[in-house]
Amino acid sequence: MATIELINISKKYKDETIIADLNLTIKDGSFTVLVGPSGCGKSTTLRMIAGLEQITGGEIRIDGKRVNETAPGHRDVAMVFQNYALYPTMTVRGNIEFGLKNRGIAKRERDTLVADIAEIVGLAPLLDRKPQQLSGGQRQRVALARAMVKKPKVFILDEPLSNLDAKLRNQMRTELIQLHKRLGTTFVYVTHDQVEAMSMGDEIVVMNKGLIQQADSPMNLYYDPANLFTAQFIGTPAMNVLDTRDVSGLMLQSESTVSHIGFRPERAQIEAGQQLDGFRISGEVMTRESLGAENIYQIKAASGVFFVKTFLEPLYEAPALSVVVPYEQLYCFGPDGKRLAGVKVQERQLAMAGGV
Amino acid sequence: MTVWEKLRPYGMVAPSIVIFSMFFIYPIFYMIYLSFYDWNFISPTKTFVGLQNFKDLLLDEDFRKVLSNTTVYTLLTVTLTTVLSLLLALWLNRKGFFHAFVQGAIFSPHIISLVSISLLWSWLMDPEYGLLNWVIGLFGFDKLQWLSHPGTALVSLVIVAVWKGLGYNTLVFIAGLQSIPSDIFEAAALDQSKPWTTFRRIILPMLSPTIFFLVIINMIGSFQVFETIAIMTQGGPVNSTNTLVYYIYENGFRFFKIGYASAAGVILLAIVGALTIIYFRLLSSRVHYR
Ligand SMILES: Nc1ncnc2c1ncn2[C@@H]1O[C@H](COP(=O)(O)OP(=O)(O)OP(=O)(O)O)[C@@H](O)[C@H]1O
Ligand SMILES: [Mg+2]
Repeated sequence: MATIELINISKKYKDETIIADLNLTIKDGSFTVLVGPSGCGKSTTLRMIAGLEQITGGEIRIDGKRVNETAPGHRDVAMVFQNYALYPTMTVRGNIEFGLKNRGIAKRERDTLVADIAEIVGLAPLLDRKPQQLSGGQRQRVALARAMVKKPKVFILDEPLSNLDAKLRNQMRTELIQLHKRLGTTFVYVTHDQVEAMSMGDEIVVMNKGLIQQADSPMNLYYDPANLFTAQFIGTPAMNVLDTRDVSGLMLQSESTVSHIGFRPERAQIEAGQQLDGFRISGEVMTRESLGAENIYQIKAASGVFFVKTFLEPLYEAPALSVVVPYEQLYCFGPDGKRLAGVKVQERQLAMAGGV
Repeated sequence: MTVWEKLRPYGMVAPSIVIFSMFFIYPIFYMIYLSFYDWNFISPTKTFVGLQNFKDLLLDEDFRKVLSNTTVYTLLTVTLTTVLSLLLALWLNRKGFFHAFVQGAIFSPHIISLVSISLLWSWLMDPEYGLLNWVIGLFGFDKLQWLSHPGTALVSLVIVAVWKGLGYNTLVFIAGLQSIPSDIFEAAALDQSKPWTTFRRIILPMLSPTIFFLVIINMIGSFQVFETIAIMTQGGPVNSTNTLVYYIYENGFRFFKIGYASAAGVILLAIVGALTIIYFRLLSSRVHYR
């Protein structure tokens, strides 16, 4: 178990800066997920922690110890690669015990360790097969077993489920969560799938273009996004964002300019007769998607296109719909994309009459 | 219309079939046919002698020497070429101007004609005026006789063959090395694998198809060595560099013992054929790890 600290980390390839001044503390025993769009530097960050990539500047500490100069094999970090990276010429047993052999662990001890791990990940009957005789899921398990058998302080996983089909992915997701609970080791997990991130991580680091946008718990990311990027990255469909210049009927009281307002599709309520209090917006229905329990509408209003998601409600067939978003469910963002706190949102007419 | 469509593919491959039959299939059968006859190339009559040519060959002291020369030459050439080019490939398998330059430099002998190479090395190995002896002299060693001494002549020819084959073999090895995914090496690094362990447990097994391919084609090539011998030693001194193909050539075109030479050719064909069959058999089964 170990805390990982990344202090002022930067990474350049020749003249191209991939990561500039990254600061992050990964808590001991946490399941931390790095998530972000393709090419944002997730893998690079992971590989720097593992020591597979030289860092250009800054310091990496594992368990309080500086490891910048420590070789990959001596950082007490085990990695599961996206393509598994199994040794194709060795059997499953050979793959799992290779790291143990290199550490000079005696044959008898190796055998018990391998047998134990094989039992845990369900590989016991396959120990004498070669990787190419295994299915994708089984290979994944070998990669996990190979990492686990070394009893590392830190587990690093780079999109380990992306090569599996949807069903197996869900199953492995659950297995990984249980594995983390049982081992209590620090897990650092990379994915570009926000659903995977939200369902697995207890700490999520949202990255974009080499910068950390927000590092927080899944609940905080959802309820309290720090900026436009996080707000739109987490949640399906993404948060609706409207330019304030196009929006009428709202009065925003704030010390700084509010350039955008946002609301989650699932927070908008379709107005069906009863009068609700809140931000009102209406438009023509462009598409309706019915998934059974939930329905998703794409609506084109004067101020822009937005999505609405309803749960366990009938499908509204009207060509145009009017929706209401409670004022406390509106998020305000400044021109730089930062979330603005303490903005008072009111209906324009009411404000003029009451003069709060 | 339909007849034309049926015949068209045959028409299109016909030219290559004709050429292949004329220059490969027919000569092979004609050689096998001749190996049962006694003929001097000129006389209008060929005398059928059955297996007499083969009997004579196997009893011939010279032929046994030739076989052992060829085998020694092949084993030395193949072993040295494979080991050296693998080492070179491991060293050259990285980016950089210097490595690219060395790679180009060692590949260049591959595209030079063997005749030029033979002449060049005859001069380099000249006991009196050769560059090699001059260099050896600088280090204070005695001059070597190289091609002029029965003890060193065959090894000298091996040196030339290795020098010529090194570039091509290294190139193939580099291609093999580059086909190993880099994340396997990263996994090995995380498994605390030392360089020697990585080489022995990961690189070598993964290169085994490449190694096998090179060993077999080098063996087939070495068994048929001719040009360097014809130009540099003519089989001498005292038969120490006489090899199978040169022996066939001498018997056939200098002594005009066509039947006898054909019988030796049949034996060469059998050896090379066996190597080829072994190659394809093993390639499809054991050495390939996938
Ligand atoms: N060896 C390299 N040389 C130059 N640029 C590189 C190299 N490796 C990665 N990059 C660049 O660094 C950036 C970050 O790459 P990285 O692999 O970390 O992305 P990622 O977030 O893991 O993306 P993905 O989700 O697609 O795996 C990319 O823009 C990529 O082009
Ligand atoms: Mg990646």
